[in-house]
Amino acid sequence: MRTAVVVFPGTNCEHDVVHALRSLGGEAELVWHRETDLGDFDGVIIPGGFAHGDYLRTGAIARFSPVMSEVERMAAKGAPVLGICNGFQVLCEAGMLPGALIANRDLAFICRFVEVEVTDVSTILTRSAEIGQRIRIPLNSYEGNWVDPGSGARMVLRYVDNPNGSQGSAAAISNAAGNVVGVMPHPERASDELLGSADGLVLLESFLHSLVPA
Amino acid sequence: MTITGQPVHRRLGMTDEEYESVVGILGRDPLPAELAMYSVMWSEHCSYKSSRAHLRRFPTQAPWVVVGPGENAGVVDLGDGWLAALRIESHNHPSFVEPYQGAATGVGGILRDVFTMGARPIALWDQIRFGPLDDPKNRYLFGGVVAGIAGYGNAVGVPTVGGEIEFDPTYAGNPLVNVMCLGILRQEQLVLGTAGEPGNVAVLLGKATGRDGIGGASVLASASFDDGSQEKRPSVQVGDPFEEKKLIEACLEIFEAGLVAGIQDLGAAGLACAISEPAGRAGVGMDVDLDSVHVRELGMTAPELLMSESQERMMAFVTPANVESVLAIADKWEIDSAVVGTVKAGGTLTVRHGGETVAELPAASLADDAPLYDRPYSRPDWLDDLWEIPEPSSIEPVDALLQLLDDPAIGSSAWVHEQYDHMLFLNTLSGPGGDGSLLRIRGTTKGLAVSTDGNGRLCLLDPRRGAARLVYESALNVAMTGARPMAVVDNLNFGNPEKPEVMWQFRESVEGISEACEALGIPVVGGNVSFYNETDGADIHPTPVVGLLGLADPIPTHLPGLSRANAGLEIWEVGPEATGNLAGSAFQRVVEGAHRGRPTAPQPEAAKEVIELAAALAHQVLVLHDISTGGLAVTVAEICIASGVGAELWVQPDASLFSEDPHRFVVMLEPGTVTLPGGVARRIGTVGGDSLEIGGHKVGLDLLTNTYREAIPHRMRG
Repeated sequence: MRTAVVVFPGTNCEHDVVHALRSLGGEAELVWHRETDLGDFDGVIIPGGFAHGDYLRTGAIARFSPVMSEVERMAAKGAPVLGICNGFQVLCEAGMLPGALIANRDLAFICRFVEVEVTDVSTILTRSAEIGQRIRIPLNSYEGNWVDPGSGARMVLRYVDNPNGSQGSAAAISNAAGNVVGVMPHPERASDELLGSADGLVLLESFLHSLVPA
Repeated sequence: MTITGQPVHRRLGMTDEEYESVVGILGRDPLPAELAMYSVMWSEHCSYKSSRAHLRRFPTQAPWVVVGPGENAGVVDLGDGWLAALRIESHNHPSFVEPYQGAATGVGGILRDVFTMGARPIALWDQIRFGPLDDPKNRYLFGGVVAGIAGYGNAVGVPTVGGEIEFDPTYAGNPLVNVMCLGILRQEQLVLGTAGEPGNVAVLLGKATGRDGIGGASVLASASFDDGSQEKRPSVQVGDPFEEKKLIEACLEIFEAGLVAGIQDLGAAGLACAISEPAGRAGVGMDVDLDSVHVRELGMTAPELLMSESQERMMAFVTPANVESVLAIADKWEIDSAVVGTVKAGGTLTVRHGGETVAELPAASLADDAPLYDRPYSRPDWLDDLWEIPEPSSIEPVDALLQLLDDPAIGSSAWVHEQYDHMLFLNTLSGPGGDGSLLRIRGTTKGLAVSTDGNGRLCLLDPRRGAARLVYESALNVAMTGARPMAVVDNLNFGNPEKPEVMWQFRESVEGISEACEALGIPVVGGNVSFYNETDGADIHPTPVVGLLGLADPIPTHLPGLSRANAGLEIWEVGPEATGNLAGSAFQRVVEGAHRGRPTAPQPEAAKEVIELAAALAHQVLVLHDISTGGLAVTVAEICIASGVGAELWVQPDASLFSEDPHRFVVMLEPGTVTLPGGVARRIGTVGGDSLEIGGHKVGLDLLTNTYREAIPHRMRG
C-alpha cells in the first residue's frame, strides 16, 4: 500500500510527511507535480509549503499542475486524499473541498502549538480517533482562516481556542464522502514526543488505515 | 548625498589612491566595466580592507576544522562522516532603507553561502537591533524586518529557530540585522568555490539578472548614512524565496550527482565576484560572455551586468561532459540557466559584451590586490569617565523585576518567533525562547546546538571584556542543551573605521573574542565585518555578535526545559558568586536609565568548569537556565512563567539579584537526585506556590506572566 506525497516547486514539508508515515510503517514516495500517472499509489497526501511560490492566491497555480487530474481521479474512486496546510489550500482551489482559505484574522503568520478537538470519526483523518479527543498540534500558516459561504462542509477537527478566525473554528474539513480531507495544522509535526507532542500520530494512522488496494 | 561633477571612481566609492592602484595593475586607465568590478570588489564590504589585518588574530585551527575563514562558509567535522557548514552575515543598511526586502534578502544571501558548500541549510537565527519602540519609525522598521525574515524564511522552507532582539537608542538611525545559517552535509558532498581546471564551463543558474542592487556592496554597505539615504533605495535588492527554494533543490541535486567542480553564490558584488573569486582561488583565468547572461531588463550595460546584486543566482563550474546534465536538472526544477564562460589557463579574466572586450584583467587582482589599511586606533578618552563607579542605587526588587519583564528585549519574544516557521524538518528539539537551540540530526545520536549573542551596551563599556563574555555566554547557552562548544562565527558591527576610537573598539573586540576562543579551545571558522554603522556622524555602540556551534552526542534523553519546573524542586545557583556589578546591565538601562561602570572581567578557568558542569547536568536535571540579561531575578521569573509555578528565593534583594556577572546558571532538580559540587553551587530556594518571593518581597505569578507576554504586543499596538 503506497502513498504518493506530491511535490510542487515550493513545497517544503514533503520530507517531513514521508518521514512520519515511514515511522508508522507506511510506504510513501515523493511524486513530482508533472507526474500524470498515480496508478501505482493507493492514496495521496499534498504536504505543506508554498506551491509555485503562492504569489497569487495560495494554491491557485498548483491546481493546474499536471498531477492534479490524477489526484481528482483517485479522489473520485474513493481513495484517501489528504491536504495538509498548503495542501488544504490546493484542494479548496481545485474544488475538491468546499470553501477557501484567507489571511489569518490578525494578519500575521502563526507558528505555534494549538489544541484541536475531534468532531467526526468517519473520515480518513480521524477514523482511529475518538469524538471529543483533544490533540495538541502545530499550526504554521498565514492563510489558515477557512471560510465557506455555503457552509456545506463536514467539520473534522475544531480549534479549542480559534487562533485565526476560521469559520466554525474549523481546523480540518472533509468532503461528503469522508475520503478527501484538508487539515490546517501539521500532523507530521506532532509525531514525536521529542518535538513536544506525538498527538498527530493518530491522524496519520487513520490515513494509513484508510488505504485500500487500488 | 548626490555627488555630481565628481570623477566616476569616487561616485563608485573609490578613493583616488585606490584608483591609482588599479591603473598600476592594468598599466592603463580602466575601462568602465573594469572600474565597476574593482569598485565593488575593493569595497569595505567585500575586501575587508580595514579589518583584514586584525582578523588574522583569530584562532582558526582545530583538528575538526574542514574549511576555515575565506570560503563561503566555515565547515566543521561532526564525526561519522557528517559535516556542518555555518556562516553569519549582516544586512544592516539595506534593512534601514527598506526593512522587508533588506531583511528578506539577508536571509536569501546567507542560505546561498551555506548551500554553496554542498550543505542543506537546516536552520536560521536572527540577531536584530532597533531603536526604542516608542518611536513609530522604529516600530515600522522592527515590524518590517520581522515580516521580511518570516516572508522569506518561511517560504524558502528553512526554519528560523532562534536569535536575539535588542532595543537601544544607538540603533535608531542604524538598525542591525544579522542572520546566521547552519547546514549539514555528508563529507563526500563538500563543494568549494573554485573554478577548477581550464576547460571547465561556467553555468549561471537561477534568477534573471536585473538592475536591482547595483552597488549594494560599495555604495550602500560601505558608506555612512545621512539625510539623503532614502535615495539609496534602488541599491537594495528584491528577494524571491520561491526562486531560491527551487535553486536550493536544484543545486543539492546537482551536488548529489557529483556534477560540479566548484560553485560560487552571487551575493555582494554579483557577477564580478562570482567570476573573479573562484578563478583567483584556482589560479586560472576565464572568458566570460555577458551577452549570454539571462536578463530581465533590456539594455543593461556591462558595468550594470557585472555589479547587479539580483538575488537567487549561483555560478557553477562544470566539466564540459557534465554541462548537459546540469542544464537538465535546472530544467526539471524550473530554474533558468545559461552557459556564460569558459575557464582558461593563465589567470586573465576576459569579459566580452556586445562583441567587444569590456574587461581584461588579472582575475586574482580583484581579491588579492585589494587595498589593506592599517587604520589608526586609540582608546576613547571618555571611557575613564564612564568607568567611574556609579553610586549604588537602592533596589526595589519587585518593581525592578516588573520593569525588566516589561522590556521588549527581555519580555516574551512570541510576537516575533511565532511569525517564523521554527519547526520545519522535525529537528527542532529546543527552539525559540530558551537558551541555546538544539537540532537533531535524524538517524544519529547527534544534536547541533547554536547560540547567538550580542550586547552593545556591555561592549561600549569594555569591548574586550564584553566580546569575550559573549563567547562564554554562547558556550554556556549551548551547554544548557548538553552540547560542548565547537566553533564560532562572528558578525562584527561597528561604526566608522576611519575614526580611531571605533578602530580601537574593533581591535579590542577581536582580542576579546580571540582570548575567549583560545581559552575554550575553539576556532573562529568565519565571520563578517560591518563598518560604517553611523548616521549623521554618530556611531553605534560596538556590537560584535557571536554565533557558536556546539555538538551534543548523545542528545540528552530528557532535555531540560524552562517549562519543566514543578512544586517541590530545589533551586540552585551555579558559578562564581555575583559581585553586584551592574555595569552595562539591563537593570541600568531599564530601571536606572544609566550606562556606566566597568563590566566584570570573564574568568576563563571558572567558565570552563561551569560549561562542562552544565553540559553534564543537561542529562540529569529538569531545568537549566543561563543567568544573563536581567540577572538571577529575571532568570528565575522566566522559569516560573514558562512552568506556571511560583518559587521562593532565599537571597538578599540587592544588586546581585540583577547583576549580569558571567558564568552562572540556575538548576532546578528533584531533592536528592543529583549532588552538585559544593564550591561552585549554592542552594538558593525552592519551587512552589503561585507567586515569586525574593528575600521577603512577593509578586503574583499572574502579574509576572501578563507583564512578560505583553512586553512587545502592547508596544506594537502603538
